Amino acid sequence: MIRTALTALLSHWRRHPMQLAMLLLGLALATALWSGVQAINAEARAAYDRAATILGQDRLDRLEPASGTSLTTADFAALRQAGWPVSPVLEGRTVTGLRVLGVEPLTLPRDAATAGLPGLSSDRLTDFLRGRIALVAAETLARPEVAAALEGVAATAAPDLPPMTILADIGLAERLLDRPGEISAFLIDPSRPLPGPVPIGLTLQAPAADDGLARLTGSFHLNLTAFGVLAFAVGLFIVHAAIGLAFEQRRGVMRTLRALGVPAWTLAALVMAELLALALIAGLIGVGLGYALAAALLPDVAATLGGLYGAAVPGTLELRPGWTLAGLAMAAGGTLAAGAQGIWQLMRLPPLASAAPQAWAAATATTRRWQALAGLALLLATVLALVAGTGLWTGFAVLAGLLLGAALILPAALAAGLAAVAKRAKGVLAQWFWADARHQIPGLSLALMALLLALAANVGVGTMVASFRATFTGWLDQRLASELYLTAGSPAEAAALRAWITPRVDAVLPIVFAEVPLSGQPGEVFGVADHATYRDHWPLLSALPDVWDLLARGEAALINEQLARRAGLDLGMILDLPGGPLPVAGVYSDYGNPAPQVMLGFDTFTRRFPDVEVTRFALRLPSADAESFATRIRQEFALPDTALIDQAGIKAFSLKVFERTFAVTGALNVLTLGVAATAILTSLLTLADRRLPQLAPVWAMGLTRRRLALLDLARTLVLALGTAVLALPLGLALAWVLLAVVNVEAFGWRLPMKAFPGDWLKLAVTALVAALGAGLIPALRLMRRQPAELMRVFANER
Amino acid sequence: MVLTVEGVSKHYETADGQVQVLSGVSLTLAPGESLALTGESGSGKSTLLHLSAGLDTADAGQIVIGGTSLSRLDDAGRAALRRVRIGLVFQHYNLIPSLNAGANLAFQARLAGRHDPDWAAYLADALGLASLLHRYPEQLSGGQQQRVAIGRALAVRPDLILADEPTGNLDEATGDTVLALMLSLVAEAKAALLMVTHSERLAARLDRRLHLAGGRILS
Amino acid sequence: MNGKAALLCLLLGTPALPQGFADMGASADGFALPNRETVLAFPADHAAHPEFRIEWWYLTANLQGSDGVEYGLQWTLFRTALAPGESDGWRSMQLWMGHAAVTTPDAHFVGERLARGGIGQAGVNVGEGAPFRAWIDDWAMQSKAAPGADVLSAMTLTAAGPDFGYEVQVQAAGPLVLQGDRGFSVKSETGQASHYYSQPFYDLTGRLDLPGGPVNVTGHAWLDREWSSQPLAADQTGWDWFSLSFDSGEKLMGFRLRDADTGFTSGTWIGADGTATLLEPGALQADPLDLARVAGRDVPVSWRLTLPERGLDVTVGALNPDAWMDTSIPYWEGPVRITGSHDGRGYLEMTGY
Repeated sequence: MIRTALTALLSHWRRHPMQLAMLLLGLALATALWSGVQAINAEARAAYDRAATILGQDRLDRLEPASGTSLTTADFAALRQAGWPVSPVLEGRTVTGLRVLGVEPLTLPRDAATAGLPGLSSDRLTDFLRGRIALVAAETLARPEVAAALEGVAATAAPDLPPMTILADIGLAERLLDRPGEISAFLIDPSRPLPGPVPIGLTLQAPAADDGLARLTGSFHLNLTAFGVLAFAVGLFIVHAAIGLAFEQRRGVMRTLRALGVPAWTLAALVMAELLALALIAGLIGVGLGYALAAALLPDVAATLGGLYGAAVPGTLELRPGWTLAGLAMAAGGTLAAGAQGIWQLMRLPPLASAAPQAWAAATATTRRWQALAGLALLLATVLALVAGTGLWTGFAVLAGLLLGAALILPAALAAGLAAVAKRAKGVLAQWFWADARHQIPGLSLALMALLLALAANVGVGTMVASFRATFTGWLDQRLASELYLTAGSPAEAAALRAWITPRVDAVLPIVFAEVPLSGQPGEVFGVADHATYRDHWPLLSALPDVWDLLARGEAALINEQLARRAGLDLGMILDLPGGPLPVAGVYSDYGNPAPQVMLGFDTFTRRFPDVEVTRFALRLPSADAESFATRIRQEFALPDTALIDQAGIKAFSLKVFERTFAVTGALNVLTLGVAATAILTSLLTLADRRLPQLAPVWAMGLTRRRLALLDLARTLVLALGTAVLALPLGLALAWVLLAVVNVEAFGWRLPMKAFPGDWLKLAVTALVAALGAGLIPALRLMRRQPAELMRVFANER
Repeated sequence: MVLTVEGVSKHYETADGQVQVLSGVSLTLAPGESLALTGESGSGKSTLLHLSAGLDTADAGQIVIGGTSLSRLDDAGRAALRRVRIGLVFQHYNLIPSLNAGANLAFQARLAGRHDPDWAAYLADALGLASLLHRYPEQLSGGQQQRVAIGRALAVRPDLILADEPTGNLDEATGDTVLALMLSLVAEAKAALLMVTHSERLAARLDRRLHLAGGRILS
Repeated sequence: MNGKAALLCLLLGTPALPQGFADMGASADGFALPNRETVLAFPADHAAHPEFRIEWWYLTANLQGSDGVEYGLQWTLFRTALAPGESDGWRSMQLWMGHAAVTTPDAHFVGERLARGGIGQAGVNVGEGAPFRAWIDDWAMQSKAAPGADVLSAMTLTAAGPDFGYEVQVQAAGPLVLQGDRGFSVKSETGQASHYYSQPFYDLTGRLDLPGGPVNVTGHAWLDREWSSQPLAADQTGWDWFSLSFDSGEKLMGFRLRDADTGFTSGTWIGADGTATLLEPGALQADPLDLARVAGRDVPVSWRLTLPERGLDVTVGALNPDAWMDTSIPYWEGPVRITGSHDGRGYLEMTGY
């Protein structure tokens, strides 16, 4: 019985291969976007975990030097002789940006061992100790920077190292970093007790349970996840449409099967099994597509994370069971959710119920009204959440509320809009056109909601990115006012450079900085000279009137916006700093930097941090001369490329990082829109057969199929345009929430929102293109309908 | 003649092969005349009606409406002729669901540019629809819907009314009322009527009748 | 390739394969080789010899606790060089390893420390002015000798492991003993050798810190000093080492280097006054009696030792058969009881099992 019933049910798909294709396509696309985003996130998280667990940072206590001082091998020997179970670590970056970790394998705690690090009984230990081999992440083994840094050293692949990181014996590390005798910190072996209180000048750091990278990049990944969920939701509209159609068209078969004695629950189970099988097929396709998508996007994501946060993420993707299974589960869950309504009706279906078609998704005017009311209530709640709530998740809840609320209102709003237009319509065709467009809303509402979400996301993200770009470029101009930035390799070289340069340029402005914890997070304190460069250009958001004089006299400090927001500091409030507190005289914008920052006058800084040497300078000179002057310095002092950076170079690099940051967002945006267009196409195809009885009499009354098809296409365009009109304010609201709520929570800075009417036109065009793409096939099919098919409408019961 | 059908044949391709629906059918219809076309299911009577409306084209033979041969017209030409000169009444009414009864009634006339508000109002009144014009098809009974459909066909003042089982979906009493209304209004509009029916009783109420069987005219 | 020295070489991954006959100059990789003509000079030779590949300061003691329990104690500092010579900072090619142990009849406590040379984490000072000190981390063997006396004649030793620690004082009751031929100890028939001297006459007092609480102990200790570059022949697989103190006041240092054949035995008979007599190769017979299952291996923890020229025929049995040194490279090292023609106490070390 089951086999017979199943054959009857499945024969439907043989007769409607297009429908089957749509169902699989929709589900596969939704799964692809979801699992692609998850794959990217999983890869990045795995990289952070690697970075976080390297040398047991997540498990081991550390002894670190007080700020502004450094440790030596003598400190190490003294601590060991005093019974401290410590192992030295030297960390730093080479001039080419490689991260170097130097360890001492004989004292390294067992918990800190990294895969690939030679053990005490390994015959490679000698080579490691002698600096003949070093460990490098497998995926960056072949990078030229690595080869250049490790000349004469055999680089060995280590699976657990983050990319662009060299793990070497501390003796090799101090040579690579040119920091002989220095130690950055001590790892403490947890298997041995501490002999006494922490010696003066050192601080005991508990293991960082929550790695900084994961925290910094959390918002970025949350953004991606939100996109993935949105894409999946949009994809579900397609699935819902296709499954709904399959249920409706098989109502007759099901009724017959019931009448022939197949129990309802058997039928339901069969349908469920069928759906799950389809979900599995589509899910597998989707996961495959997702993998391809993630693999294509990952290099950009990796570049973004590297540029924005310094987080090293490999550019290659691994197929991980986590997101693969999650993708399949989402596909199955989504399919069942989309089919639940049908199965529910099937269970309740009396065996001999009328086979008359019911519009499966048809919302009557009444349900439309209730939907709209629910949507309004949701929007209201969203506004309340915005006023009352704080935190990143509130931001995302607000985004979700906005989107869902607007989606619920969409059908009623479109219906009202079309009714208003219809009233003004003069000609009979025009009246019919508008009335019929309105009549289409119930069947298309889900697809149009999908389009609304995709368009709104487009506007919102687009506006955010454009606002960000406009603000960012302006800020770069202010912040990078000097023509050249110079970093010397040593204090001696710095002095020589300064002596040579000073008579040749307008001004040499020393820049000093120290890494200091600020409001509980790693932060930086800068010292800058009192100069017009800063007075005229520095991007202050708010400041006391005599801010630069206060700074120069050492009576106040400037802080970045991130610190101001995080620590709740405002002008005139007191900031705790090494060497004594200072009042805040100004707050400046500091985009792209997640860390808190303080700016002091140069003299104050050197008093507070006497050990910090001056090795960096900003040079002022006529900008036309910058390039030739840079060449001269390089020749004179044989400086490496990285030691001298011109303003244009930094700006170009910063903008490149910026563009890449949003390249991913842009790609996802386009894909989401594509899914929405597919949803419309599916819905239109679903509706096509149901539309025939409505169109055939008009054809019979003297309208050619060609005109009917054109009108139908125009109707789709009108609906899409109407949706776009609604998507615009929604998108702007979205952008505002992103800029004023999510950004502030995630990055610590608020960006002014700017309007880009040109983009709105683009939005309308985008909506029309999407609708055109979706409406063209159904229109062509209508145009090519055989008269016999249309005439059958008059004869058949339908 | 309002309608001349000469030696018309028509076949359809189906899954089971070719089906010859009409084989050399001829008939004529004079202005104001009413003709009943009877026959069993599948005898080809609906096909003949659809061909006469220019909804489809014949394989052979010709159909002339008011002096215009349909075979000389293209799709758009046939549509224009249909719009102006033919009123269609279907078994399932086939009103436009997105328009109310009033708009449905006036639809074809306005489409043809021949909308006469007085005539439309008169028809609505005569069909007993005056108080129902603002209603949508789904809010009307079958009889009411068919009366709107008849009004729609007559509103354009066509030369020819083609009706396919106009009372087939209605109970007998309603059907009789609707038919009586249609006949009187067709007469009033001086239009010719070709009505397909399988009911001898209804056929008897028309001026003439032809019986189709196996795609040929019998009597 | 085994034994204490080879163990170190293995541990540190240095190719320790002997380079054939000990030519009188330097080995192929630049290390100095032991020389029969070298006359040991003190205190200079108490210090490290970084031009040699391996070296140790090795003290073992048989103790009696105030609680009536018999104890064994070990304090060892090993040195090995990846390349000859010493240099400052992490460039130093000298590596250091400390082993400490306390053995009771039913427990064996072990600690281990590893260090690099060049930075002061471990080393041996025989300073002009500064007292002798051998140390690794907070473990130390520190001279307390009176001015003019040999710096090793009185010392304090400290060490600690995860579950034990000790601080003991040793005082020499006899002279230094040069092993082998005036300190030149031959290790194989093909001429592998080391420089080797001992101080076997220590009286010891001190305190052990054990999980059960502190225990005051007294007893006798034996210090071995040895350095070499190529200690073993290619075919030698392991090493059984005896340092025995008889109740008569006489002492025996004997070793058996195992190979596929009969092996190579040698040693020194030390009179109660410190007079050392080199044993001819093969004069000492050492035969395993009982095997014990220790750390997954079969280890002979009971031996029959015979030395006919001294009328010696004794059974040497482990105080605790489980005296396994579970260190980076593991070996057996523990106190033994001597019964038979001579009675006494001593230490046994076995490697390569």
